[in-house]
Amino acid sequence: MTKATATLLYSKEHEWVLQLDGNRVRVGISDFAQKQLGDIVFVETPELDDEVTANESMGTIESVKAVSDLYSPVSGTVVLVNEELGDAPETINEHPYEAGWLVEVEMSNPDELESLLNEEAYQAYINEGEE
Amino acid sequence: MGMATALKQTPLFEVYGKFGAKVIDFGGWALPVQFSSILDEHEAVRTKAGLFDVSHMGEVLVVGKDAERYINYLCTNDVTKLVINQAQYTAMCYPDGGTVDDLLVYKLDNEKYLLVINAANIEKDFEWMQQHAKGEMALQNISNEVAQIAIQGPNAEGVLQKLTETDLSKIGSFRFVQHVNLDGITDVLVSRTGYTGEDGFELYLSASQAEALWVKLLEVGNDDGLKPCGLGARDTLRLEARLALYGQELLPDISPLEAGIGFAVKTNKVNDFIGKYALLAQKEAGLKRKLVGIEVTGRGIPRHGYKVVSEDGEAIGVVTSGTQSPSLKKSIGLALIAAEHTEVGTPLKVEIRNKLIEAVVVKTPFYKKG
Repeated sequence: MTKATATLLYSKEHEWVLQLDGNRVRVGISDFAQKQLGDIVFVETPELDDEVTANESMGTIESVKAVSDLYSPVSGTVVLVNEELGDAPETINEHPYEAGWLVEVEMSNPDELESLLNEEAYQAYINEGEE
Repeated sequence: MGMATALKQTPLFEVYGKFGAKVIDFGGWALPVQFSSILDEHEAVRTKAGLFDVSHMGEVLVVGKDAERYINYLCTNDVTKLVINQAQYTAMCYPDGGTVDDLLVYKLDNEKYLLVINAANIEKDFEWMQQHAKGEMALQNISNEVAQIAIQGPNAEGVLQKLTETDLSKIGSFRFVQHVNLDGITDVLVSRTGYTGEDGFELYLSASQAEALWVKLLEVGNDDGLKPCGLGARDTLRLEARLALYGQELLPDISPLEAGIGFAVKTNKVNDFIGKYALLAQKEAGLKRKLVGIEVTGRGIPRHGYKVVSEDGEAIGVVTSGTQSPSLKKSIGLALIAAEHTEVGTPLKVEIRNKLIEAVVVKTPFYKKG
């Protein structure tokens, strides 16, 4: 467990959530997810002011081989989008927890955080799937 | 991985793990999609060299006095043009001109040929071949006994030369040498062919020796940048070189003419062949649809099955293959579309997740070596 990820929460769809000020969170995909996807060549995140819903598709991520949905781990309004990813989607492979973040969301229902996994539970969840 | 037990494995399956492979189900086979990264592997083949396990491919021997006549009836290309130790790309068609498979024919001897067919089609093809067997000839499916390793890229010859006295520089394109000794691994067929758009070789050998050759090549090729490569890179490489993939560009309802491999269809050859009249009729009437290269200029990547529409919004066909081209850094694809929209420069749209994204017909191959 690295310092960078110790405070993150995770969804079962392999998105991470970092709590910022108030009801604002930053969202990205986990290191496990980027490794599973392989070389990421295209990302379509929601746009500014879009509404997103927990556990529903909020965009698309494509590796060389495959197209996958991005699921929002929380409900709310998109308040910031990582525009850098448009030209450099590989940043998600390189720095999934830092420069490779996807969007920031102002949550409409912060209670949803309770259904997310902490680092330990997420690691256990991944290991379960690998067996 | 529980799935691997139910899937077919090549003789190299056991070594994948040692090289970090990510194994996937590829048409019923447990095969490596990548070892390090598809992009790194692609780059290695374009600039240095890559090593592929393609042992899942099928091999059928045709032996006998009538072997040549038989193959010429079975296949669209003209096998009588081959000399011993020469290979030819060809197709097998149904009577209606649809494609049974695309394959390579190796002329081993005057009465002995090796046909190399696609993995997913082995049973179907062999049955088809048996159905049409005629005269003094015998068919033998040796797919399980034969391994195939491809070494591709500008450094391929240099790496392979380290293992043999046979002068590889003398092997021309689509030529091969039989019974080569590669540092103690005997009886290897070394063929200057490939599926990447780069120079390189395909090596056929007994399954029992595959692991030894794989390990040896990676050892001696290390300094030349040889990397183990998976099917992911194989697919992006062949697509950039516009090489057809059965199941995508070629299907029972797509003729080789439509798929743009008309160079392998010799309707004027002396002998009759299966599909000849349907293909002749297609030629005479003019093709209604053709395979073209497209570049998506808007944001998005074309993928197999996506719809293609004209500028006016009329549905005109489908994407057969597509990817983000690692060499060109562009979003490219092949599409089978109505012939009137196939001129280079024609603007089109590809339907990507319910949005119509701008694209244009471009010249192929997308990538040419050198």
